[in-house]
Amino acid sequence: MVAQNVAFSIIAAAMALAAIGVVRTKNVVHAALYLVVVLGGGAAQFILLGQEFVAWVQVLVYIGAVIVLFLFGIMLTRAPMHPEESLDNDLKWPGLVAALFLLGVLGGLLIDTFHADEIDLVRPIRTAQVTTSIFSNYIIPFEVVGILLLGALIGAVVLARKD
Amino acid sequence: MLLNEFLLLGAFLFCTGIYGVLTRKHAVLVLMSIELMLAAVNVNLVAFGAFHNTVVGQVFALFVLTIAAAEVGIGLAIVLLIYRNLHSADLDDLELMKD
Repeated sequence: MVAQNVAFSIIAAAMALAAIGVVRTKNVVHAALYLVVVLGGGAAQFILLGQEFVAWVQVLVYIGAVIVLFLFGIMLTRAPMHPEESLDNDLKWPGLVAALFLLGVLGGLLIDTFHADEIDLVRPIRTAQVTTSIFSNYIIPFEVVGILLLGALIGAVVLARKD
Repeated sequence: MLLNEFLLLGAFLFCTGIYGVLTRKHAVLVLMSIELMLAAVNVNLVAFGAFHNTVVGQVFALFVLTIAAAEVGIGLAIVLLIYRNLHSADLDDLELMKD
């Protein structure tokens, strides 16, 4: 339990710092690379919770595909790479106030509601259980998501092609 | 482990994403901040799944992942189209409907 808490703290600190990096860095490519740290840390937390399947899917889909898409987007839109060009608008302080306010509300509510709840890690959830659940209880959402992905694929091609 | 550790981490990531959405000017960076918020939601879902010792959290996290991937694909296609038409992916330049 102690080892798990130490691992959680280290990964959580890395994730928090990288998340701040995503929203504060002056280089667009660095933001994408900080996002890799956040998402990889998330996958590590999932493994810590014994939920392996979603952890590896996160690595494959997010780090493998989404980040590559982001890098392509950065390259194709000629994002400013020079530190002197600002990437932020002038909403810095209102944004900070809004984010801190939401963090305060959420944090207060969470601490108030779940302060005594312990996660009891009996055994990791096996992939077979997850897939059985998807293909029995959640088969209709699964098919709907498949159609949605197809729609997104065709839509992205239609939008981005040159005619 | 306390459930709250994960929930507070998720809350922090979500608020960072909100800050990014509000303050970033470049459209791709706004999309990245939205991804940050979706990742925070996933942390919450998986933590609750582990807390109740069910697979449901994981299943819903997988659906969120799928939607996020679709959203990035469409979002970047739209950003690309905006860049092609306006020669800028700067959200402050999108003021065609302002006045």
